[in-house]
This record gives sequence, C-alpha cells and structure tokens, in this order.
Amino acid sequence: MRILEGENVCKYFGGLKAVSGVDFHVDHGEILGLIGPNGAGKTTLFNIISASLANETGNIHFDGKKITGKKAHHICRSGIARTFQAVKIFGAMTALENVQVALLFGCGTKISKKQASEQAMEWLEFVGLLKDSSTLAKDLTIANQKRLEVARALATNPKILMLDEVIAGLNATETTELMALVRKIRDKGITIIMIEHVMKAIMSICDRIIVLHHGEKIAEGTPEAIASNPTVIEIYLGK
Amino acid sequence: MEILTLLKSNKTLRTATIVVLILLILATLPIYTPDYTIVLLSSILMYVVLTVSWVLFSGPTGYISLAPAAFIGVGIYSTAILGDSMPFPVVVLVSGIVTIFIALLVGALTLRLKGIYFTIFTFGLLELIRHLVLFLELHLTGTRGRFVIAQDFITVYFYMLIILAVLLLVTFLINRSKYGLALRSIGQNEEAASHIGVNVTTVKIATFVISAFFMGAAGAVMATRWTYIDPGIAFNMFFSFMPVMMALFGGMAHLYGPIIGSVVFTYLEEFLLTKLPELYMMLFGAIFIVAILYLPDGLLGVIQKGWAALMRKVRKDNLGGNHANS
Amino acid sequence: MITTILDILIAGLLMGGIYAIIAVGLSLQYGVARVFNVSHGEFIMLGAFGTWILFTAFGINPLISLVMCAPVLFLLGFYIHKTIFRTLLRSSKIIEIFESKSMLVAFGLMYIIQNIAILVWGSDIKGYSYLNSPVNIAGAVFPANRLVTLLFALLIGAVFYLFLSRTRMGKAIRASAQDPAAAGLMGVNINQVLALCFGFGALMAGFAGTLLSLCFPIKATMGMEYTIIAIIIVTLGGLGSIVGSFIGGFILGIISSLVSYIEPSLTLVAYYVIFILMLLIKPKGIMGK
Repeated sequence: MRILEGENVCKYFGGLKAVSGVDFHVDHGEILGLIGPNGAGKTTLFNIISASLANETGNIHFDGKKITGKKAHHICRSGIARTFQAVKIFGAMTALENVQVALLFGCGTKISKKQASEQAMEWLEFVGLLKDSSTLAKDLTIANQKRLEVARALATNPKILMLDEVIAGLNATETTELMALVRKIRDKGITIIMIEHVMKAIMSICDRIIVLHHGEKIAEGTPEAIASNPTVIEIYLGK
Repeated sequence: MEILTLLKSNKTLRTATIVVLILLILATLPIYTPDYTIVLLSSILMYVVLTVSWVLFSGPTGYISLAPAAFIGVGIYSTAILGDSMPFPVVVLVSGIVTIFIALLVGALTLRLKGIYFTIFTFGLLELIRHLVLFLELHLTGTRGRFVIAQDFITVYFYMLIILAVLLLVTFLINRSKYGLALRSIGQNEEAASHIGVNVTTVKIATFVISAFFMGAAGAVMATRWTYIDPGIAFNMFFSFMPVMMALFGGMAHLYGPIIGSVVFTYLEEFLLTKLPELYMMLFGAIFIVAILYLPDGLLGVIQKGWAALMRKVRKDNLGGNHANS
Repeated sequence: MITTILDILIAGLLMGGIYAIIAVGLSLQYGVARVFNVSHGEFIMLGAFGTWILFTAFGINPLISLVMCAPVLFLLGFYIHKTIFRTLLRSSKIIEIFESKSMLVAFGLMYIIQNIAILVWGSDIKGYSYLNSPVNIAGAVFPANRLVTLLFALLIGAVFYLFLSRTRMGKAIRASAQDPAAAGLMGVNINQVLALCFGFGALMAGFAGTLLSLCFPIKATMGMEYTIIAIIIVTLGGLGSIVGSFIGGFILGIISSLVSYIEPSLTLVAYYVIFILMLLIKPKGIMGK
C-alpha cells in the first residue's frame, strides 16, 4: 500500500535543477533509502515533502490526500516528521522540553502539559535518553543530540519519519546503536525514509533504495539490485 | 500554619503571594508618601510595563523589536484624539485596541523578516508613522500637535499599576502555558519549531500583538501626564531604546530581570536628569555600553552569581565549623 | 516638461552622490565588521564640524579638510573597534548575538558622541559659505559646491572600489566579508581587518561630513537624520555592497528631488515607503545575493 506518492516533482535554484521530474512512492511500513552523491537533491526532496521549500511543479500525495502547498506545521500534524542533516535542536531548553513542544503542538491531539511531560519521558526512554531528560540540549553529545531529534520527531506521532543523515559524524558503536533504534522505530509500524552516505548501513537496513543524481532519479530497487546496477556503480566509483 | 506549609512547598503560589503583596503595598503608597514619589513611581511603573511587555515577545524569540515607540505613540495619539468623548477607562482600552490593529498589520507584514532586517524594519516603521502623522496634521487638520485632557497624578499612578498587574498576570500565564514553550523553541530554532507542528507565524504575531496592547495602553495613560503632544513627543525613538536597554541591563533569564532593570534605570535617569542634565546622555550611553560589555546576563546574572557564591561560602563555613567541633 | 524632468534628474544625481558616500561607510561596517553602526551619522557630524572649524577658525579650504578630518575619524573608528567591539566579539558565542549587541553598543556611542558635540559646540545651527556661485547645467541652476560634491563623491567611491578590488588589503577585506574563518586560515589577521573596516567606515563618514558641510547647514544633532538615510540606502542597495550603495544613493537622490518637486513635505514619507517596500519585497537589496 502506497502511503506517500510524488509525481514529476521539480525544484530549481536559479538555473540549477536541484530536483527535476522525480516520481517516487513510499510503501506502508518499509524503510526507503535515498542515496546519491553530494548535491544530488536528496535533502531538497526532503525539504519539499516537509514544506520547507515550495516545489515548482508536481504533486505529492500522502494517504491519498494532496499535501503540496500546505504549511510545514500542517505537514507535521498530518503525520510526516523529519530530522535535519545538521541537528536543529532547541539548545537552551532541556531534552524533556524539546520533546514536550513536539507533543503539545505536533501530535494532533490536545494534551495537558503534565501529560506531555509524562509522554515525553516515555519517548526519551525509547531513544535511550531517560537519564538526560533535564540536561540542556546543547550540552548533549552529538550522538545524543541526534537521538533527541529523533525522539522529538517521534513525539509528533508520525506515520512517516524522514531521517536526514542520522548517522553522519558518529563512531562505529554509536552508528550500530542508532541503526538498532531505526529498526525499533520501524517495528512500531512507522514508515521510514532515510538519506544516508554510509553505504554499509543503508544496504543492510533498507527494503528499497532510490538513487538521485543531479536532481534526477537514476535508479530504484532492492539493495541488491542497486549494488549491482552499472549506472550507480559508475557514479559512485567514478568513470 | 497550614497556609505556611503550603507556601513552602508550592513555589508558584509563593511567588504569586509576594507579587500580590508588593502590588498591594504599591496601591496603598499614595496615602503616606509625598507627591513627587508617586510621580516618580508612575514613571518607573511605565518603564516596567514597557520593558516587561517588550521582553514578553523579544525575550524568548530573540527578535529585537524597535517598535515600542511606535505602539506607545499610537496609544498617545488615540487618547489625544478620543479626548473626553468617552470615560477614561474606555479611552485607555480603546487606545490599546487601536494599537492591536496596528501591531497585527505590522506583525503580518514583518515577522517573516529575520535578524537585523526585522530590527531595521521596526525602526523604519516608527519613522514612517511619525512622518505620516506629521503630514496628516499639516495637510488635513492644519494643526501641529494637540492638547490632551489631563488626569491627576494619582489617577495616572493607579492606571499604570492596574496595567502592570494585568501584564504580569498575562506574562505569567503565557510563560507557563504551552505557548511559552513554543515561543522559546522559536527563538532557538524557528525552522525546527515549525517542523514539529508549531504554527510559528501565529504564535509570533499573537505574542507581538499582546505585547503591543500593553505598550499602547501605557502610552494612553502617559499621554494625560504630558497634556500637550506632537508627533515628535509621541513617536520618540527614545521609547524604543529604553525597554531594550532596561531589559538587557536587568537580564532576561527571568521576569525579575526586566523589572529590576527598569526600576534601577528609571531611577538612574531621574538622578542624572536632575543632577547632571548636560552630561545625562553621555553617562547614559557609557553605562549602557559597559552593561552590554561586562554584564552579559544583566544585573540579574550578577545577583545570581553573587548569591551562589554567598551560598557556597556559607556552606563551606558550616562545614569548617563542624570540623572544629568534632 | 522635458526641462522639468531634466531639472529633477540633475538635482537627484547631485544629491545622490553625497547620499552614496553617506551610505558606503555603513555598508562596509555591517558587511564586513557585522556592526550595524547606528552612530554612523555621529561620525558624519564630527567630520562636518571638523571642516567647519578648520574653515571658520583657520581659514582652511574645505577640500583640504577632506584629507584632514576623515583620517582622524579613521583612527577613532579603528580604536573604537579594537577596544569595544573586539571585547564584544570575544564574548559573543554566535554572530547573531554579536550583531544585535553591537547595534545596541552603537546606540550608546551615538548618545555619547552627540552629547560631547552639544557640550562643545552647542545645539544651534552652524554653516559657512564656500563655492556658492551659481552654475548652469543644461538649463538648471545649482550652486557650484553641489557639483564639486558630486565629483568628489564619485572620485572617493571609485578610489575605494579600486582599493577593495586591486590591493592585497582590499582582497583580505573581501575574503573576510565572505568567510571570516577561511580568511583566518589563509593567514589574514582577521581582528586587524575588522578594525580596519570599521575605521574605513568612519573614514567614509568623515568624507561625507566634509562634503555635506559644503552644501548644507550643520548642527550637533544632525547625526540621526543621516544615519536613517544611510540605512535606507543600504537597504535599497544591499548591505555590504559598495556598488549597491551608489545605486541606492542615486535612486534615493532622484526620488527625493522628484517628491520635493511634487509635495516637499512628503519627501521623508516617500523614503520610508520605499524602504519598507524594499524590505518586504527584496530584503537583501538590489545588489544582495
């Protein structure tokens, strides 16, 4: 079952085609990988889906409803959450407060501040940050800031979670732990789209992969198919 | 006894009690203090209102607004135009509501501007309104300035006190509500806030408008003290700088900061104006620069640091004493 | 009709030159040193009074004062940056905090400088007469000093542009404007460059002050008015762009002569309307990226 579907999505920056004529779909419950060299348009596509950027042409449907042209907070409330390539946490607020804001404004149901606080603790526990609940977000390690961002996104009760290079800059142990977290999220029934540069991680976790290059979709398929696709190999290994 | 234990355990209740007590003391002051004290206190109260309402929006969001003078000016002019066509409380209320409409327009237009551009805009807005009023007075009414129906100084004092009490209550409620959290998240990272469901535009405009209402109401009350106003007096850039200065001087980490800042600063202003009028601006500028350079968290920061150091010392002394005993 | 339009255009261009010089300094100080210097007009006022004193007390030709007042202001600006703004830069964690705090410090400077000027020179209007003979340009008559002002404004602008684009120092300044961290890595003494830039901004203010005093009466409280004009032009042209300042200066000059032809009391209102429209439509200005 298709949960998210985009057709002919285009975005230009001046004369540069950041995303050009991309068709894509995401199936319910899967982990979709989005890969491609730097500047391929991966984050731009995320920004379009989450309404950070407006696309020039094309439509995106979520759960059968058109979401193009909606505001960022509407997209979030309708069930699409995201994290950012460079972490965007609320530095001077505690980890608990970070998640609380998401619960109070993003989850779609009205809850009291007290309920939000209780549920926020549950989400912090889920990502393994329970003991850091009263730490200021800016004082957390990078790995924990990324976990916090994930917890904040999850707190909005999403159907789809978009992760933008969630393991970039982490060491091997931290990477393994975060990958385990991603699986745990999928097991809750949340569909995941992830942008990643680390091939090993993405090949092992994704059900399906889309490859972007210069803003265009050049390949799509299972990790095995992508790994043996001559065009993809050419781009990644150079001519 | 039960009340005492309750006060000890509940911090919010304790603070609320202290604030209400202070407000009550302030309300009885005119009975036993000389007139000039009441006049000075009215000025202090006005600046507290301006600064606290400035901090209400600019504190958590980090948007430095230089619009206060514009909102105060709108309040002042509304009062001058309404005159005695309606009872004074209604005049103040209507002036505040007129300010709300101006703030709504400004907010809708400008709050997508970021950083320095927002500040420049609010700065330009003040000048635009001033010159527009000047032009309209010159060409439509053929006047320059107007007279305001004066109110006696006790009335001014009580109106300021009531406005302040309402403002403190509103600020307290906002800060405690989920919107207080949302405002802070906007100040930390606006993009992230919008992506977790905060309608940043609405939250920003709503707070901006609420803060403007109190500035307009304060202007409306102050207008009656000046009796004569013209665009230069009503739309005075000084009223935009003062709340910013006082907030920074006091510190914005807690509501006490702006209050302490405006009390100390207003007193300083009165002192300098009467004792050293010709050096007043220079000393003011110098104190301001020193405060920004060396008091990053304002007076509040200094007090908190001093308190923490004192507490450490007390604890250490106690420990030392115990050692001596054993 | 045609002559009226020509008159308006010429008057606008003559005004535009001096407007551009007023704005260049502010643009530089914000574009590179990140100080939104609201005391810019005070530096202009100092330049104007310096010229006035040299002329009335010592009989020195204002065009010679051009190279006497401005360098003194350069030193003033340079040391103000080295002391006050560097302290602030060191204590500010992120550039946005520095930007807002430095603007507020500049408000403090504005009060201090203005107060000193009132103490020394009083608050009444001063002026002198130099090259006041009428000149006929394409049918329009102007005092000669307006023409001299425009020529010097263009000359100063051109020299400064060449300095920024051709010399080593100029390149270091432009590099610092684009990426302070990278410029630092390339061996640019970033603190020195920032102080120099603030100094150059004050230097430009000095030139503007001298040129202004040639054509207009001056007073100790004149600063704010010119700060505001500079802010409007810089917003029009784009913060940090010299060419932008000139384009913005000439646009505002022409608008000012056009509106004062139609309804003089609306000149300032027109400035702000354009300023606010510009901020709403293209906040980064004509030359902004």
